[in-house]
Amino acid sequence: MTRDGLQRFRARGVLEAVQGATADSEDELCRRLAGDLDAGFAELVATYGSLVCTVAARATFGNEETEDLAAEAFLRAYRALRGYDAARIRELRLRPWLVTIALNVARNARRAASRHPRADSLAVTGEPVARGRDVAELAETADAAGELAKRLAALPAKQRLAVVLRYVADLPVPEIAAVMACPEGTARSHVARGLAALRAAYGADRTSQARPAGRRGGQEPDR
Amino acid sequence: MNPLLAAPIEDQLAQLAVRPPRGFADRVVARVSTVVGPTGPLRVAWTASGICAVEFASRLGDADFAARVRERFGRPVLPADRPLPGLVAAARTGNARRLAFDLTGLTPFEVAVLEATLAIPVGEIRPYGWVAEEIGRPRAVRAVGSALGRNPVPVLIPCHRVTRSDGSIGNYGGGPAMKEALLRAERVNLDEVAELAAVGVHYVGSTTTKIFCLPSCRHARQVAARNRLGFRDLREAGSAGYRPCEDCRPGLRRSA
Repeated sequence: MTRDGLQRFRARGVLEAVQGATADSEDELCRRLAGDLDAGFAELVATYGSLVCTVAARATFGNEETEDLAAEAFLRAYRALRGYDAARIRELRLRPWLVTIALNVARNARRAASRHPRADSLAVTGEPVARGRDVAELAETADAAGELAKRLAALPAKQRLAVVLRYVADLPVPEIAAVMACPEGTARSHVARGLAALRAAYGADRTSQARPAGRRGGQEPDR
Repeated sequence: MNPLLAAPIEDQLAQLAVRPPRGFADRVVARVSTVVGPTGPLRVAWTASGICAVEFASRLGDADFAARVRERFGRPVLPADRPLPGLVAAARTGNARRLAFDLTGLTPFEVAVLEATLAIPVGEIRPYGWVAEEIGRPRAVRAVGSALGRNPVPVLIPCHRVTRSDGSIGNYGGGPAMKEALLRAERVNLDEVAELAAVGVHYVGSTTTKIFCLPSCRHARQVAARNRLGFRDLREAGSAGYRPCEDCRPGLRRSA
């Protein structure tokens, strides 16, 4: 059930909406959390559900169900917030904080799974997450996306995390540095090296093909 | 030609983002609502897995109920936009067998007790020992009583329908008066059961069908007075050539 519910983005619209959660609205959300934790938390889940699901699915490539991991991450976040006073909540940088929790939850789940393997766990790491989606719709992208997901999964852990946070989850570099607990320059170089490795492994044989007009052309996600 | 093959790699990576499924928030947030119960309003809380808490509104205010759920489950608790499907009907009729329950935190024994109790039909009662037998632990009668005393979802899982075999009503979290009110609201033949128990009769048989029942079973109550025969125990019924009712299952395993 949980696996079937997950859907891959068709376009970047939703992530752009998340990205649109600028510092101002993040501050506003923190203020609301500090004022009414439960109501604010429902907004938090609505705003950052995609971010946490993406990190759970793509930055970890463990065997746990993405939706279970994401729900558990939000519950941990809530339980932590209950112990914070209002001043601390207002100071939070929500995105890196949530991503860090999601990564911890995924790591713990992977450890637990390696102690108690689950019969129904996914055997192939990096398998495309999308299921239960319109078949024709999926078929169009599944091959290419599945291939890329596998290449991504094969990257060294830090590069993979940096690339996922930068280009899949669309986090700005300072927040990636916060998650990885490293200087921004280091984070930036993890991103660059990971991307270069993906290009070398994956993009080399595509260069001869012409880019289609319109659609996703032109939008450089670099900042 | 697949357009993705030629898209810049950054855009292809963006395609790997994962969006939460519809209703994902309910995996995190517990919902609360107040519904009409058989004897008055009930406060009900549920998670994505099912109903997790019920309390009589007369015993606990809205905010205190939410606080209790929040404390016990460590989840945000918010008012429901709409009641859980099936909840309103279940609270009104007393039949919640089609609803899902979230019994997180209970022991397997407690869960088994509550599942067996959920199957007791509206308007009927069962002894504590019956529940113990249903779950295959015939000697755990006292433990059944304790488990029912900790029922987090009273009324909907009808622990009020489990009573003492001596015909008295037994304990109840909401008080014995509440238990009696609930049973009378669903027209259990409490007085008749007590009268029979007072003269040592715990089972009622039909001389026409040669089937015997618990005295509150709907089949027992349909037997005409001239065809009714009382039994003290299972042995008496068995040696008279009567077989147990398949619906109320008196002494299911002992008689086998």
